[in-house]
Amino acid sequence: MSVLLSILVDGVAYGMILFMISVGLSITMGLMRVINLAHGGFALIGGAIAHVLTMFFGLSFIPASVLAVMLVVAAAAPMERLLYRHIYGFDELGQVLATVGIVFLMIATVNLFLGSTILPIRSPQLFAAPVDLGFRTLPFHRLVVIAAGILVLAGLWLLIEKTRFGIYLRAAVDNKNAAASLGINTARIYLVAFCLGAGLAALGGILGAELLPVEAYYPLRYMVLFLIVVAVGGLGSVLGSFCAALGLGILDTFGRYMLPDVGTIFFFLAIIMVLALRPNGLMGRAQ
Amino acid sequence: MSELATRPSVRTAALSLGSIWPVAVVALGAGAAFFLFPYDLAFLTRIVIMMVFVLSFDLILGYAGIATLGHAAMYGCGAYAAGLVALHISPDPLLGLVFGALGGALIAWLSGLVLMRAHGMTLLMISIAVTMVLQEAASKARWLTGGADGLPGVSVSPIFGWFEFDFVGQVAFIYSVCVLVAVLVFCQLVVGSPFGLALKGIKGSPSRMRAIGTPVYRRKVTIYVLAGAIAGIAGALAAQVTGLVGIEVFNFSLSADVMVMLILGGAGRLYGAIIGTLIFMVVHHVAAAIDPFNWLFVIGAMLLVVVFALPQGLISLPDRLIRTFRRT
Repeated sequence: MSVLLSILVDGVAYGMILFMISVGLSITMGLMRVINLAHGGFALIGGAIAHVLTMFFGLSFIPASVLAVMLVVAAAAPMERLLYRHIYGFDELGQVLATVGIVFLMIATVNLFLGSTILPIRSPQLFAAPVDLGFRTLPFHRLVVIAAGILVLAGLWLLIEKTRFGIYLRAAVDNKNAAASLGINTARIYLVAFCLGAGLAALGGILGAELLPVEAYYPLRYMVLFLIVVAVGGLGSVLGSFCAALGLGILDTFGRYMLPDVGTIFFFLAIIMVLALRPNGLMGRAQ
Repeated sequence: MSELATRPSVRTAALSLGSIWPVAVVALGAGAAFFLFPYDLAFLTRIVIMMVFVLSFDLILGYAGIATLGHAAMYGCGAYAAGLVALHISPDPLLGLVFGALGGALIAWLSGLVLMRAHGMTLLMISIAVTMVLQEAASKARWLTGGADGLPGVSVSPIFGWFEFDFVGQVAFIYSVCVLVAVLVFCQLVVGSPFGLALKGIKGSPSRMRAIGTPVYRRKVTIYVLAGAIAGIAGALAAQVTGLVGIEVFNFSLSADVMVMLILGGAGRLYGAIIGTLIFMVVHHVAAAIDPFNWLFVIGAMLLVVVFALPQGLISLPDRLIRTFRRT
C-alpha cells in the first residue's frame, strides 16, 4: 500500500512538470493550429538562464526563477511577432520544418554558450530537506512542484473562465474568423497566449530540472513526451492536458517501479490504445 | 482533378522517355561522385541508403498525404530482419534485402491497420508510439536482438557469389546505387499507375475519392505497406553495409530527420526526396567537419531560410527562378 502511495506521489510530481511544460503547447496548438516543435526550447532556455543566474551570479533560487521566466517571455514576444506570425500561415509540413529549424537554433545557442553538459540549477537547502508524509519521506522539492502545478491549473482556470481575455481566447479557439469579425484582436490574443505558454514552459523546465535534467538537447529529447501529453489531453484543452499529464506521469512512474522490464512498452501501448479509441484525445473536440 | 484528366495515358507516360531522366541523372551523379570522392565512399553510401529511405517516405507523405513520425519503425525492422538472416540463415545479401523488405512490410501492415484510421496529430503520435514500442522490445529481447549492444558482426557473402564487399567500400557503394535506381524506377511506376493517381486524389480530398468509389482505407494501407517494404530495404542495406544493427535504428530522431529531408527537398516529387537528402546530409557533414560544436546553427538557419523562401522545397527553386526572370 505504502509503495503504491509513494508511486502516486512521485507520479503526480512528474505529471505536474509535464503539465506545466505542455499546457502552453496545447493552447497554442489548439488556438493557432501550429505544430510548434520548438516549444520545449522555451523550457530549455528558462532552465539555462536559471542555471546561469544561480551558478554564476549567485542569485538565490526564487528571484532567479522569476527573472528567468520573465526573460523567456520577453524573448518569446519578438519571436512571435517576427517568426511565428508567418509560420501560422504555412501548411503543416512547412510548420514542422520551420519549428525544427528554430529548435535547432535554440539548441545551438545554448550549446555555444554553455556546452552540452547537464546544467544544474542551484536550489535552496530547504528543497532537499526530507519531509515525512507518514508512509514515506520525500524531498520538499516534490511538494513544491505539486503545489506549483495546482497553482498553475487554478490560475489558468481563473484566467480562461473568469476574465475578458479568457472569453476572447475561448472564442478564438472555437472560431478564429468569427471572433475576429466580432472585433476581437486575435493577433494580440495569439501573442499573449504564445508568451504565456512560453513562460509556463520555462517555469516547468526550471522546477522540473531534477526530474528532466536541463541540457542543450533537452527540447529534442523530451519533445515526444510533451507532444504525447498534448495529443492524449486533446488540443486546446487545459483540463485535458492536466488529466493527461497526471495520468501519464503516474502510469510511467508505475511502469518503471513495478514492471521495470516492460514498463516503457506498457506505457506506449497504453497511449496507442487511448488514441485509437479517442482520436481527439481525452477532452478534445472533433475538428 | 484537371491534372488527372489532362494526362494522356498513364501507362504510356510511365514508360515514355521522360521517366528515364531521373534514373539517368541519379546514375550519372553517382558515377561522378564515385570518381570525384574516392575517399568518401562510406559517407556517399550512407547518403544513397538515406535516399532510398526518404523515397519510401515520399510515397506516403508526398503522394498519399499521410504524415507520420515513425518511419524508423520499418527501417529498423528491415535492418534487424536482414541482420538476423545474415547471422542465422544465409549470408546472401540479396536474400537479406528480401527479408528486410518483408520485415518492413509486415510491421507496416500490422501498424498500418491501426494507423491509417487516424489523422493529423493522433496519427503522428501513434506512429511515434509504435516505434518506441519496437525500440523497447528490441532492447529487452536480448536473446534475439542482443539488446542495447545490438547485433554484432553482421557479415554478408559476395553479391551473386562474385562481388565481394571490399574495405574501401566501392562494392558497397555500387550495390547501394543499384538498389536506389531499382527503387526509384519502382516508385515512378507506382506513382504513375492508376493506383498512384488514386493516392494523389486521396491526398487532395479523401471524401471525394470515397464518393467516386475508391476504397480509401485499403489504398492507404497498401501504400503504407509498400513504403514499409522499401524502408525495410533501406534498413537492410544499412545493416549489410555497416555490419551492425543497434537499437538506434528505431530512434525518433531518424524519423524526424527523414521528414525534414523530404520537406526540405520538396514532398510529392521523387526528385525532391533525392535532392533534400543530398543537400541535408552534405551540409550536415561539411558543417560538422568545419565546426563540430556549432554545426546545428547552419542546419537550423538553412531550414528556416528554405521554408521562408521556398515553401514548396528546394525542388521548386528552378520554377521560381524561371518565373522571376519571365516577370522582369
